[in-house]
Amino acid sequence: MQNENLVQISFFNQLMLVHPRKKQNERSEASVQVSEYFVNAEGTGDKVNLSDLLGTVEKTSGASNKTKKQLRNLQSSKETLELPLNKQQTEKIQRGIAYEKTTAEVSCWKNIILQNQKAEQMVFPLNQESSGPKRVEQVVAGWKVQTPLEQEIFRLLHGSRQPVNDPVLTPVEEQSLKAMSLEEAKIRRAELQKARALQSYYEAKAKREKKIKSKKYHKVQNKAKRKDFLKQFDEMVKTNPEGALEELKKMELSRMEERMSLKHQNSGKWAKSKAIMAKYDDSARKAMQEQLQMNKDLTQKMVVPSDDEHESIEEGLETVPDFVNDPETVIDPVNPWMRGQLTHEEPEVSCVTAEEVQTAEEENEEEEIIGEFERKRKLRQADEEDLIPTEEERKKTQEEDEDEEEDVSEFNTLFRLMRSEKTREGSNQTRGGLNTAGEEDEEGLLSEGQIRVRSIEDLEVLDEVVEPRAIEEPSAPQTAAAEATSEPPHKKKREINLKEVLTKEAKAVRLPFLPTVVDEEERDEQISIIKEAFAGDDVISDFIKDKSRQEAAGRPAVVDLTLPGWGEWGGVGLKPPRWKRKRFRIKTAPPPPRQDQKLPDVIISEKRTASVASHQVSQLPFPFQNTAQFESSIRTPIGSTWNTQTVVKNMTKPKVVTKLGAIIEPMVKEDFIKSKTTAAGGKGAAIMLGENRRAKEGTKRTKILALTELPTA
Amino acid sequence: QRRAIPFTLGVPRNYDPTLHPFEVPREYTRALNATKLERVFAKPFVASLDGHRDGISCITKHAKSLSTIISGACDGEVKVWNLPRQECLRTVQAHEGFVRGICSRFCGTSFFTVGDDKTIKQWNWEAPGYGVREEPINTILGKAVFTGIDHHQREGTFVTCGQTVDIWDEQRSSPIRSFSWGVDSFSCVRYNPVETELLASCASDRSVVLYDTRESAPLRKVIMQLRSNTLCWNPMEAYYFTCANEDYNLYTYDIRHLDVPVTVHMDHVSAVLDVDYSPTGREFVSASFDKTIRIFPKDKGHSREVYHTKRMQHVICVRWSADNKYVLSGSDEMNIRLWKANASEKLGLLSAREKAATHYNKKLIEKFQHHPQVRRIARHRHLPGDILKQKRELREMREAQRRKEQNVRKHSKPGSVPLLTEKEKHVVAVVE
Repeated sequence: MQNENLVQISFFNQLMLVHPRKKQNERSEASVQVSEYFVNAEGTGDKVNLSDLLGTVEKTSGASNKTKKQLRNLQSSKETLELPLNKQQTEKIQRGIAYEKTTAEVSCWKNIILQNQKAEQMVFPLNQESSGPKRVEQVVAGWKVQTPLEQEIFRLLHGSRQPVNDPVLTPVEEQSLKAMSLEEAKIRRAELQKARALQSYYEAKAKREKKIKSKKYHKVQNKAKRKDFLKQFDEMVKTNPEGALEELKKMELSRMEERMSLKHQNSGKWAKSKAIMAKYDDSARKAMQEQLQMNKDLTQKMVVPSDDEHESIEEGLETVPDFVNDPETVIDPVNPWMRGQLTHEEPEVSCVTAEEVQTAEEENEEEEIIGEFERKRKLRQADEEDLIPTEEERKKTQEEDEDEEEDVSEFNTLFRLMRSEKTREGSNQTRGGLNTAGEEDEEGLLSEGQIRVRSIEDLEVLDEVVEPRAIEEPSAPQTAAAEATSEPPHKKKREINLKEVLTKEAKAVRLPFLPTVVDEEERDEQISIIKEAFAGDDVISDFIKDKSRQEAAGRPAVVDLTLPGWGEWGGVGLKPPRWKRKRFRIKTAPPPPRQDQKLPDVIISEKRTASVASHQVSQLPFPFQNTAQFESSIRTPIGSTWNTQTVVKNMTKPKVVTKLGAIIEPMVKEDFIKSKTTAAGGKGAAIMLGENRRAKEGTKRTKILALTELPTA
Repeated sequence: QRRAIPFTLGVPRNYDPTLHPFEVPREYTRALNATKLERVFAKPFVASLDGHRDGISCITKHAKSLSTIISGACDGEVKVWNLPRQECLRTVQAHEGFVRGICSRFCGTSFFTVGDDKTIKQWNWEAPGYGVREEPINTILGKAVFTGIDHHQREGTFVTCGQTVDIWDEQRSSPIRSFSWGVDSFSCVRYNPVETELLASCASDRSVVLYDTRESAPLRKVIMQLRSNTLCWNPMEAYYFTCANEDYNLYTYDIRHLDVPVTVHMDHVSAVLDVDYSPTGREFVSASFDKTIRIFPKDKGHSREVYHTKRMQHVICVRWSADNKYVLSGSDEMNIRLWKANASEKLGLLSAREKAATHYNKKLIEKFQHHPQVRRIARHRHLPGDILKQKRELREMREAQRRKEQNVRKHSKPGSVPLLTEKEKHVVAVVE
């Protein structure tokens, strides 16, 4: 304890040495003797010793013996205080503390900086006022009376003391209320009380009923209500035809609303999920049926009871058949052209609950469409690229639009094939252990040269001159060691076996290059016409010849290295001996079977074409983990040819948006940090205080920290 | 020209992908064309402002006006320029000898200059009336030469550097605080625009020193292999700054971890003399003794753009305009040049369709950036022969050094020659 005290005192002294700037405050006290020249307390010139103070302590009874003893010991001890740290060391300590403090303070930006780095779009200047519509309160608060007319109106309003904001009771009314007699007031109060009590009962009941989760209960309730209503309505027809008419109008209105809305039309999320389940689940099917029924009921035209019979018959004749009123299964709510049979992912039935319809936003719809397109695109590519489509997809796609799609897709087949082949090669190469990281670094480099580019022609010339590297890259064989790298194992299974799938498809493909859409009979006709037209030249045999030639070219040739006459007699008519032929005729290993081996009517070129290769990515670019990722990023089109306007806008929005002619100020701490802290729970004020305090506390904190630093220093 | 379609009507369009085949090849072609057009339209040079009679030593932007800049020359002359009209509005003989630094007051009413004549002068932004002599509002005579000046973002204090780093109150004629750490002279000092109490300076002992104006002592310093000439704080990210070094590189540091720079930006072939961040904090521009300006993305090791002209000599100072559209460079041969920050950007207002097209093209280029043809065209830049030669030479030198180091490592005890990354190589020590 004593030592601690000593240490503290010594450090206090040290710090006083460190801060010579800070002078000790002079103190002046009131005293009996007032000098003419200066104000002084008694005995200020004298030094105060510890013993002087101790004398009184001894006398006072309040001080404990323990402290007295300690003080006495302190007095008797003769140890001197430790030397203060030298200047360099103290400064170093101070710097260390200050640095720590500053870094801690600066670190509060971390989240904001990260957030900004990840943000898809940043709009500068940062704290712009939103240009969108404002809330009513904001507008009202900012509005001021300007024109004389407005002023007059305001004066009138305020003069009559009309309530502007909360029109419950005007002051005048209140006054009149106050002016009521006591009995009246009492009665009125009682009435009000009763009404309030009733209302609260009713509310409580409604609340309780609302809380009941059982769907069945509500269903029954609703049914009962409807029944009641119908009964009432029937009665009303007899007693009060005008009221009935009103009711009828209301019903008509509700029918209109129903027809307008997508409620009960099986197009919502719930409905879709149910639609999937409907195949297997009876209850789901039933639920959907119910929804449809509901829709039907609601949209049914009410028969006007007052109408005559023949009129109703006529109406029956006039009305269009019932299915017209039936809601279409809206497959694509935005695009009305899409309601044909293009998609079959959606089974016939689908429905939506009320809330979902209301919440379904435009964006979601857009996304849905895009999702659908993407799915279709993938599907198409899948059955062309033989990504082995799943059973379901196959069924769905190939039911009806098979013929139509096929013809278009056949057109694509060749291209897809080539591409798939190439991409596979590409992926092989990446797996061949090429250093992507190093290449990435390379990628950032500008290729600087002495060629000036002034026109597009120059760029074309640039093609040939610069960088032959892209073309010459070899198709590296797949090595066993490289297989172990990055590619996940299940990916390998999905590796396309072209042959297999192509054999299946071969049946379907009849005329590989028929770009138009034709019917079945027309096609037969076409075939016969073509046959007639090309009766003379034998295209098919030409094709077969061509194919066999190509196959032969691909077959491994036997290399004959025998040198006749080497190591034996030579001359005309002498053949090299058998052993020599055996030894020096080298057979290379046969290449893997051709891709079109089992396809009689297709030639698949297996040559690597340089013209295409120069346009292909030879290795996996940096941010991508595997080839599939990269391919999918390339496959998704972003143009307006393939996407709706809003989607294009979203996809192509730039990362940084600046306002023309606006000065972009640096971030202001108060705008960002404070708002965050207030959101966290009103810490803003505390932080502000802390900042203010900081300057003052600087010295104090260093003291404490210096104390803790002592043992190490 | 296509007839404009009323916005409200729109054209119904079938987006069925089967009707629009070949999406990838079509987009690829578009991307290739976009890249080519981008390069063809890359004409970054906008204007040159001439009028100074000596090399430009410093440039500063007006705090509140985009169209005004001030420049100081090596003969002590300060000129105020109007950018859109490309003319000099006002000329002041501010100092004897170099004008070493200029800074604008945050409110845009006055500016400060420091010069070789050991004075700090405060000038009014508005020119004096006809026939009235140009007189500074205030003149402070210092004890030593001031080499740089910067003003606080929101308060009436500024900081100068020379033999010490001094913090001044505008109302006083002596510094309210001065920092020194050893005996060095400082070449540059900058306030942090976000954490406004933070300071950083470049000292001649190859170090960059950090300060906090609320503390009594400097915070920390990092010593590099060669001297840093200037530094600039990122205006959007409080704890990053970039310094321009004599060893041809720029280094971005995180002040919380000074021992290793976050990024080393290399591409220049001579000492880098000045650096300035774009106001968005995404990129910065650097001026070099090798007569080029380069624009670096803040987190990339290599530049995305290089600007040079035949007549531009050693570039001494560079600034990025406050609207993120232009770059200003002042060079030895007495000219200030105005460049576009994006070389192929179309200036002025764009119609909605133009805007959409540019966005689409940009996105396409980004999407196909890894394809060899696109990449090759997008990366191509013209460079003057001597710089190219120097570049080649440098590459050879680096390669030789690397090989040498490798050999040394091979023939010495394992672990005795550690493998240092490029980032670690350049920091000598961090002094607490």
